[in-house]
Amino acid sequence: MRAELRNEPYPEAIPLEALQVGVAATIAPPEPGREIPRRLGDLGFVPGTELWIVRRAPFGDPIELEIRGYRMCLRAEQIANLRVTPRGDAP
Amino acid sequence: MSVALELPDRPVRVALVGAPNAGKTTLFNSLTGSSARVGNYPGVTVERREGTLRRAERAVRVLDLPGTYSVVGETPDEQIVEKVLAGRLAGEPELDGIVAVVDATTLRRGLGLLRELLKRGRPTALVLTMIDEVRARGGKLEPAKLSALLGIPVLGVVGHRGVGMDPLFRILQEPARWSRPAVLPPAETPAARFAWVDEICRKVGATELEPDTRTDRIDRVLLHPVLGVAVFGLVMVLLFQSIFSWAVPAMDAIDAGFGALGRAARDALPASWATDLLTDGVIAGVGSVLVFLPQIVILFSFIHLLQDVGYMARAAFVVDRVMGWVGLQGRSFVPLLSCYACAVPGIMAARTIQSPRERLATILVSPFMTCSARLPVYTLLIAAFVPHTTLFGVIGLQGLVLFGLYCLGALTALCSAALLGSTLLRGTPSVFYMELPPYRWPTARILGRQVWHSARAFLKRAGTMILATSIVLFCLLSFPRAAPDPARSEAETARANLEASAAAHLGRAIEPAIAPLGFDWKIGVGLIASLAAREVIVATLAQTYAVASKDDFTGLRDALRGDVDPRTGKPVFGLPVALALCVFFVFALQCTSTVVVMARETGSWRWPALAFSYMLTLAWLGSFVTYRVSSALLG
Repeated sequence: MRAELRNEPYPEAIPLEALQVGVAATIAPPEPGREIPRRLGDLGFVPGTELWIVRRAPFGDPIELEIRGYRMCLRAEQIANLRVTPRGDAP
Repeated sequence: MSVALELPDRPVRVALVGAPNAGKTTLFNSLTGSSARVGNYPGVTVERREGTLRRAERAVRVLDLPGTYSVVGETPDEQIVEKVLAGRLAGEPELDGIVAVVDATTLRRGLGLLRELLKRGRPTALVLTMIDEVRARGGKLEPAKLSALLGIPVLGVVGHRGVGMDPLFRILQEPARWSRPAVLPPAETPAARFAWVDEICRKVGATELEPDTRTDRIDRVLLHPVLGVAVFGLVMVLLFQSIFSWAVPAMDAIDAGFGALGRAARDALPASWATDLLTDGVIAGVGSVLVFLPQIVILFSFIHLLQDVGYMARAAFVVDRVMGWVGLQGRSFVPLLSCYACAVPGIMAARTIQSPRERLATILVSPFMTCSARLPVYTLLIAAFVPHTTLFGVIGLQGLVLFGLYCLGALTALCSAALLGSTLLRGTPSVFYMELPPYRWPTARILGRQVWHSARAFLKRAGTMILATSIVLFCLLSFPRAAPDPARSEAETARANLEASAAAHLGRAIEPAIAPLGFDWKIGVGLIASLAAREVIVATLAQTYAVASKDDFTGLRDALRGDVDPRTGKPVFGLPVALALCVFFVFALQCTSTVVVMARETGSWRWPALAFSYMLTLAWLGSFVTYRVSSALLG
């Protein structure tokens, strides 16, 4: 209800950076005025796609994540615009 | 219709396109064998690799394009890929066929790239690598089925074992006859493209792979927040140890071998300047090239082993954040660490850095790392002039100064990297991509071949140039000669010859420039001589002070201490001059081998010229400040 009032279609979306290790999530549409960088699009980061964080590096960054059946590492700065909706369960 | 059909004598040209870890390079090596030619694309630090297809009935040139996840060019390597594919890169003829190389375990991402390649309308084939991995992880993937769906040739291979290569060799010879895709739905947005990918995967029955449990188990240890850092430290200490000390016996043997060869030649030939040129110029010059080989071979064995096993990417993953602070990447760590032994293999190791911008930054700051050639200079000057006392009863002052010099070098390297990132290299976009490949057992044959390629590349691309410059420097230091005088001892003759040489004239000419640093012309000659290699200054000083041999360490130390300026009556050398000279060696790029390798690796003389002037300026300023401050404090 509150979400409707504030016109936010994905109220539970959080920055990907804040997602816990091992929790499955779905990529949410970017916030108004922001875009998913083209490079991430080329890698298959499209709204609605499932992903999860496999691990963070010992010093916290980069993170390794799994998406579309493959894993890759990205730096926090690269995923700054990505928002995800946690599904609340393990992948 | 393709031009290749009309002009059958023209070589067929195909290019391999794929993600950085798709197994493209392994595939390229098995396709082309030893015919590969490695160079640079004009003006950029992007490696260009081309070779001739083996076992082919007609000439087929295979181009290995830089690894990329995207065919829209933002970084230098992506731009190369985009331009070559579009036939818009000067000097690159149009391609007859495009081979998309896709790691079968990352099929969806690979098909996303393939979709972009198909848009170009050129004959395209798909090669799926690591199909054994798919089966091992309970997956199913039939190339024939995928081929029927896509309408293009699809082949599965296991590149490092040569499985499935025969059909690939066959089809690469005639890209004009490859089947072309049916009409493709438009896929301008990533969402549309990946909807197509999902559709294809569903139709072909590609199932999700089981997790690679062995790799996961190992990673739980090797990437553990605490254990992972410890393992990283251990591996790096081992790597450092290997190039710093294991290479020494072989290097000493090469040194001794060429020394003996020179002496034998000298004994066999009549005494003349031509004999000197042959023994001290050519033979010693060849020795000075070959002496780098043990370190290069050991370092590259280590690097390729770690890479083939899968640890290199993990090491970069662990240390990336730290290197990121100065605008570098995790992959910069190993090259920079190697530079503690020698910048030549270190700069070559920078090839493991995929993004050109970070590779260039790493190469440019490499010479600041304290290489082993600086050590004899530091040791001599510190032993001669820094008091042999201890601080607080435990810390030796001499050791502390040496440690300070090492830290100064490393700090300057990191600050310079940050400076480069915010000035010259600013605005050049760069992306960070990294994958942690599954752990694998290395194969000795591939490892041996990779190490051999590195050694050969050094000898061919840099060795000749290093040889030439060392001969030129020898001539500068030896000619013209002093008039012979039988009354002089051998050491005195050597000194007289040096004083009459072109280098001595140069040393005197630059004296006004180095006088503010407290250096006289004799140090000037040493600085010019040290352009061949830093440690040469020790031998040159020995010659200037007519010390019988450069190995007479105490004799040279005492001669330095006792030298008096005839004009002022004061000692030439004192602690301030010694410290200033040490600082000069921390900063200055006095190593022609490094300059040559830098030029070869960056594909241009512009970068080494820049590094040389930048480092020389820093050296002058650093020595000036050191000399003035320490004179004021101590004098």
